[in-house]
Amino acid sequence: MANTGTPLVELRDISISFGGIKAVDHVTVDLYPGEVVGLLGHNGAGKSTLIKCLSGAYKADGGEILINGEKVEISNPRDARAQNIETIYQTLALADNLDAASNLFLGREIVSPMGFVDDSTMEAETRKILKRLNPNFRKFNVPVSALSGGQRQSVAIARAVYFNAKILIMDEPTAALGPQETQMVAELIQELKAQGLGIFLIEHDIHNVMKLCDRASVMKNGQLVGTVNVNEVTDEDILSMIILGKKPAKAA
Amino acid sequence: MTDTNSPTPSASAMPDAQPGAITRFLHATEIDTRLLGMVGALLLIWVGFHLYPAISSVMRGGAFDLGLGNFLTPRNLWNLSVQTSYIGIMATGMVLVIIIRCIDLSVGSIIGVTGMIMGLLQAEYLPPLLGLGHPAIWIITAIVGLVVGVMIGAFHGWLIAYRGIPSFIVTLGGLLIWRGMAFLSASGRTIAPMDEKFALLGGGPYGTVGAVGSWIVGGLACLGLIYLLISGRSQRRKHDFPQRPVWAEVFLGAVGCGVILCAVLLVNAYPWAKGIVAQYAERTGQTLPEGTFISHGFAIPVLLLIGVGIAMTILMTRTRFGRYVFAIGGNPEAAVLAGINTRWVTLKVVSLMGALAGLAAIIVSARQNSATNAMGELDELYVIAAAVIGGTSLAGGSGTVYGAILGALVILSLQSGMVLIGFGDGSYQKIVVGTALVLAVYLDILYRKKVK
Ligand SMILES: Nc1ncnc2c1ncn2[C@@H]1O[C@H](COP(=O)(O)OP(=O)(O)O)[C@@H](O)[C@H]1O
Ligand SMILES: [Mg+2]
Repeated sequence: MANTGTPLVELRDISISFGGIKAVDHVTVDLYPGEVVGLLGHNGAGKSTLIKCLSGAYKADGGEILINGEKVEISNPRDARAQNIETIYQTLALADNLDAASNLFLGREIVSPMGFVDDSTMEAETRKILKRLNPNFRKFNVPVSALSGGQRQSVAIARAVYFNAKILIMDEPTAALGPQETQMVAELIQELKAQGLGIFLIEHDIHNVMKLCDRASVMKNGQLVGTVNVNEVTDEDILSMIILGKKPAKAA
Repeated sequence: MTDTNSPTPSASAMPDAQPGAITRFLHATEIDTRLLGMVGALLLIWVGFHLYPAISSVMRGGAFDLGLGNFLTPRNLWNLSVQTSYIGIMATGMVLVIIIRCIDLSVGSIIGVTGMIMGLLQAEYLPPLLGLGHPAIWIITAIVGLVVGVMIGAFHGWLIAYRGIPSFIVTLGGLLIWRGMAFLSASGRTIAPMDEKFALLGGGPYGTVGAVGSWIVGGLACLGLIYLLISGRSQRRKHDFPQRPVWAEVFLGAVGCGVILCAVLLVNAYPWAKGIVAQYAERTGQTLPEGTFISHGFAIPVLLLIGVGIAMTILMTRTRFGRYVFAIGGNPEAAVLAGINTRWVTLKVVSLMGALAGLAAIIVSARQNSATNAMGELDELYVIAAAVIGGTSLAGGSGTVYGAILGALVILSLQSGMVLIGFGDGSYQKIVVGTALVLAVYLDILYRKKVK
């Protein structure tokens, strides 16, 4: 896949540290429309922290973020949402005491002309989107704490795709899912990609990476090991990047 | 799809056991079982206190005489409603505070200091400026009380939300500081009497809306309830959601209206005392025959409680703000990631608590027709206990306004009941309320385990 023109997102030279630990150390990655970029690396490599700088959860200590070639300030989650960036967090970030609809619309509630939250419309919309993502989903009127891991993940995914994102960040979206649900997420990713979204996908299963991603950026100890075109390398090449922290010679 | 027999989503949340008649009934009416439990406990307490004199007379070898009971009388229940009002008003705010995982220990002291400020204002500062008994005095005083309450709350909220000091510490400090200020404001003097109009807010014999007013209030409440049921039903139909069976809707409407009308009959069954009737006749220049029956009707503080309860319920269940309060309690981090300004919400919640403490101060000082620096002492504990007995979880994230009001009613019932059966000494009351608090929370824990 030839990426020409301006990238949808560029994270340039991003650094952030927590109390002396450089969680992300001068990392540069980019993402084009209709592209899936895998972010790989061991636990603690800094993947989640990196994407949190884009989603507004953290403010980077250094570096800059460009959207469609223009420098933007993302200092909180609202800024990110305003840039059509949606995120599925590794922790899912659901309010356990609220039901699926309240979580899906949290911070963006549909309100009536009188300014009151329109719960029934929100529930109807939630039923619609979840029917597409997870036809077995039934528990609309219970707090999400009463849902299974897979159902909770469905709610988090529904929230990210409902609001017409242009940039989607998925931090281990299939971690709690069974094989069948994982397959549905894979299909969803391909569908969204075909619609022209750019997707950052943090994923541990190398087969999914090979199947779903166009490029893969590997991180180790907060630093970028390198970025490769997935169709130019083997899964062993990527695994060795993750483990050894070195780019394979032929793809360099 | 509007088939009333189709399984509703919550069906799967019901216990696995064979759905018996009661389970099906609760399911169809969607009555909160915890609410039912609380109402049951309340009735038990009421009946218990009412029967106590008769039972104790039997124990002493006397006859079983129901006429000895003095709890379930219009007079006592009316008094109970007034006593409950200001604790209930504050408890509705404490629910929000506890939901966002904070606590407010300072509300009793806020009553003290705002009460003193209002007392001085209406008794010593405003009359020389405006003239004694000027109609604006009570309005200015009440507004100042509310504003001072909000400002104290906002200051606490700012320290908690923007300076990161735990709410326990901020409000523990507030408890001491504002009580000290209350004393210093008038060097410990008692300020009395209050402005005549202001005193009506406390709900003395004149601070009531009378029989006709009470019927109007009751009628409006019934209409409101019926409107809610009908509009809820049409909302569900619009979106093809499962609906309650019609009989369940009718049942809820009938029970609700029944309770409202009983309350009206009750407050109207409590007449003014002879002296008050005579005084009223003299004032209005009428000649009223001996034994004229003039109903109290709802007391103004009770109407204030009802108004606050409705407003707070709407706030919590129908507005974004309420949604954010719950979200912060459920998962503060998720709330931030959803773009909610959690600090600002926290500040607003604590400010609101301050405003409600200000309102409570109005009622307390109006009711005792004086302002003292000890006003509201220990009230913070009763307010917190009311919220917790009403099902508010101290872990945050859950609680209801109606629960807190019922909780307040439970506590005040215990207190006034103890007085009626001759254990008026404060120490017995404290023991009983303390026991009830621990017991209520324990039962709640058992209940939650069972529901899971
Ligand atoms: N809020 C935080 N406070 C302190 N350290 C953090 C925080 N977030 C992440 N870290 C540290 O940053 C490093 C990278 O973590 P993370 O981005 O979660 O890794 P990954 O997602 O690749 O598994 C880890 O060492 C982690 O302990
Ligand atoms: Mg991670």
